[in-house]
Amino acid sequence: MAEISFEEINKVYPNGFQAIHNLSLDIADKEFLVLVGPSGCGKSTALRMIAGLEEITSGKLRIGDRVVNDVEPKQRDIAMVFQNYALYPHMTVEQNIGFSLRLSKVPKAEIKDRVAEAARILELTEQLDKRPNQLSGGQRQRVAMGRAIVREPSAFLMDEPLSNLDAKLRVQMRAEIARLQHDLEVTTVYVTHDQVEAMTMGDRVAVLKDGYLQQVDTPQNLYDRPENVFVAAFIGSPSMNLFEGRIDGSAVWIGDHQIGLPHVVFDRRPGLQDYDGLSVIVGVRPEDLEDAALVPDAEATVSSTVNLVEALGSEIIVHFNLSAAPVDAGDPDAVEEISADANAVGRFDPRSRAAVDQPIDIAVEVASLHFFDMETRLSIWD
Amino acid sequence: MKAAKSRHRATTRIATSHNKAAMLLASRYLLLCIFAAFFLFPIVFMVVSSLKPDDQLLRDTSSLRAFIPYGDISLDNYKGVFDRVPAGRFILNSIAISSLTVGLGLIVNSMAGFALSRVRFRGQKVLLSLIIATLILPLEAIAIPLLMVVTELPAISVGDGLEITRGWLNTYHVQILPFVANALSIFLFAQYFGSIPKELDEAALIDGASWFQIYRKVAIPLSGPAFATVAILTFLPIWNGYLWPLLVVQQEDIRPVMLGVAYFFQLNVAWGEIMAYLTLITIPVLLMFLAFQRAFIESVASSGVKG
Ligand SMILES: Nc1ncnc2c1ncn2[C@@H]1O[C@H](COP(=O)(O)OP(=O)(O)OP(=O)(O)O)[C@@H](O)[C@H]1O
Ligand SMILES: [Mg+2]
Repeated sequence: MAEISFEEINKVYPNGFQAIHNLSLDIADKEFLVLVGPSGCGKSTALRMIAGLEEITSGKLRIGDRVVNDVEPKQRDIAMVFQNYALYPHMTVEQNIGFSLRLSKVPKAEIKDRVAEAARILELTEQLDKRPNQLSGGQRQRVAMGRAIVREPSAFLMDEPLSNLDAKLRVQMRAEIARLQHDLEVTTVYVTHDQVEAMTMGDRVAVLKDGYLQQVDTPQNLYDRPENVFVAAFIGSPSMNLFEGRIDGSAVWIGDHQIGLPHVVFDRRPGLQDYDGLSVIVGVRPEDLEDAALVPDAEATVSSTVNLVEALGSEIIVHFNLSAAPVDAGDPDAVEEISADANAVGRFDPRSRAAVDQPIDIAVEVASLHFFDMETRLSIWD
Repeated sequence: MKAAKSRHRATTRIATSHNKAAMLLASRYLLLCIFAAFFLFPIVFMVVSSLKPDDQLLRDTSSLRAFIPYGDISLDNYKGVFDRVPAGRFILNSIAISSLTVGLGLIVNSMAGFALSRVRFRGQKVLLSLIIATLILPLEAIAIPLLMVVTELPAISVGDGLEITRGWLNTYHVQILPFVANALSIFLFAQYFGSIPKELDEAALIDGASWFQIYRKVAIPLSGPAFATVAILTFLPIWNGYLWPLLVVQQEDIRPVMLGVAYFFQLNVAWGEIMAYLTLITIPVLLMFLAFQRAFIESVASSGVKG
C-alpha cells in the first residue's frame, strides 16, 4: 500500500517539448485518483513517469516513502493497464496473467492459485486456455486487469483502459473497476479524457491542461466550485455556457440581457463586489437553464430563438443563440457539442414545447451563475 | 408454372456463374502449373539424368526425352560418385557448417537486431545504415582481405598440451565464424522487432522482465517468421559457398559439398555422376526448405500479433 506524490515535477521530452509543468500532487493511500484533461495535456506522460517508463526531468516522485526517480519500473511495485491492453499475443490468458509471477520466480503451485483467484474475480475462469486473439474486447480488458491484480502491487496505473470498448461495455467495466479498486484497496491512478468516467470513478479528480495542473478535488467540488474557466467548462456535459458580461451594481449584463443578482450571489462570492462596472466572464450550466414556460416564478429570463432540439427522453437539449459574446474556455472537445449558429445550450424538462425556429424565454437559475475574472480566468470567490 | 420457370432460369444463371468461377480457377491453376514446371524442369532433368549412363544422357539432351527416365536406368552413377568423392563426408561437413552458421547467426543477429530496434543511443541510425551499407559488398570483393585476416588470427591447438598457433586455415571454424554476423539478417531482425508494439516491452518491463527476458520471452516467440526467413536466407549461400572454402581449405576431410563438384571435371568428365552428386547435395537443401516453410506458415498463422 502506498501514497504517491509528485513534488514540483517537470517533464521535458528530448525534442525540447515540455509536457508537464511544475506538477505537485499528493495521492493518498487507497485513493482512486483520476487524471483527466483533453488530448495531449500530458496525462499519459504523468502516469508513465509514475510507472518509470518516462524519465523525470526535474522534481521528486515518491511512492510510499521512497524517492523513485531513478528506480527501475520493476522495482516500483506498481502494475499498469494499457489503453490497448498490451497482452502478450503468444501466451494464453493464464500465461499472460501469470507472467510477472513467473518472472519473479514465485513457486508454480502458488502461481496457479493466484492466477485462478484473479480469474475467478474477473470471471475469466473459462477463458484461461485461450489466446488474446480469441477473446472479445471486454475479456481482453479483464485479462489486462487480471495481469495487474495478480501481482498485488502497491499501486495500479491505468491509461484509458476503457477507451477501446463500446459504450455499453464501458459503463459496465467502469462500475467493475471501481468496485474492484474499492475491494482491493489499492492506490489507483486512472487516466481518461472522458469527464464522465472521471466524475463517476474518482475519489478525487485532477484536471490537467497543456501540462499544467488546473485543479484537484472531489468530483462534486469540481462541479460546484471550479477554480477557473477551463475546469468549469471541462467538467459537466454539455459544457457550461460562457459569455462576456459586465457587473452593473446588483445586476449583470450579458450582451443585451440584464440579469438581477440577488444577495445570495454576493454572499457566496464576496469578491464580486470589487468588479462593479468591470467586465467578467459569466458562466451558466445547461442544467441551470429551463424553459421559462415551466418556471412560473423565474428570477430572471432571457429571450432567444431555438436553433436545435435534441430529445433524449428524460430531458431535451436545446441549442439557442444569445446576443452576447461567447468565451472560449480552451477545451477542444467543447466546440463539437454545440451546433453551428448557436452559442448556448440548455437542458430542459421534456415537457418543454421548445421547437426549432420558435422564440423562447429561458429561465436562469441566478444563484448558480459562475463568475470569472476576465484576465486571470480564475473564479471570483473572496 | 411461371414460378417454376423463373426458378429454373435462376438455377441456370447460378450454374453459369459457377462455371465461370471454375474456369477462372482452372486457368489460374494452369498458370501456376506452368510456373512450377518452369522451376521444376532443371531439377527433374538433374534427377532423371543421374539415372542414365553418359552416352544415353548426352543423346537425350537434344529432345524432351531428357526429362523421362527410360532406357538403361540404374543407380550406377551413384556408386561412381562415392568412388570419386567422399560424398558422405562432404555432405556431413556442409550440414555441420551450414547449420552451425545459421544457428549461431540466428542468435547473434537477432540479438544485434533487437538491440538496434530497442536501445536508443547516439549514432544508432548511423550504425544501422553502416551495417546495411556493407550489404553492397559482395564476398568476392572482401575475400582476399578476409583471407589475409584469417591467416593471421591466433588459434589454440591441442597437440602435446595446448599451444597457440597462428592462422585459421584448414579448419571448420574458418568456414563458419566469418559468416555468423550478417548484415542482412541484422537488418531483417531489426525491422521485424521494430514492428512489435512497444507497449509489449513496457508491459513486460513493468511485469518485471529484464531486457534479455523481453528479448527471450516476448520478442523471439513473436518473431517466428523473421527467424524462418533469416534461416533460409543464410543457409543457402553457405551451402552453395565455393570461393571461400576453395581459398581456406586444402585438407580433404573438412571440405564442403561444392568443392566436391570440381572433382568431376578432373580427367574425364562423367556427366551422369555429376548429376548424381548434384542430386545428393540438393536433397538436404530441399528438406531444409520444406522444414522451414512449414515453420514459416505456422508462425505467421499462430502469432496473431494484431491481438
Ligand atoms: N516522446 C515524445 N517526444 C516528444 N513529445 C512527446 C512525446 N510523447 C508525448 N509528447 C507530447 O507531450 C504531450 C503530452 O502527451 P501525452 O501522451 O502525455 O498526452 P495525453 O494527455 O496522454 O493525450 P491523449 O489523451 O491523447 O492520450 C503531447 O503534446 C505530445 O505531443
Ligand atoms: Mg494518453
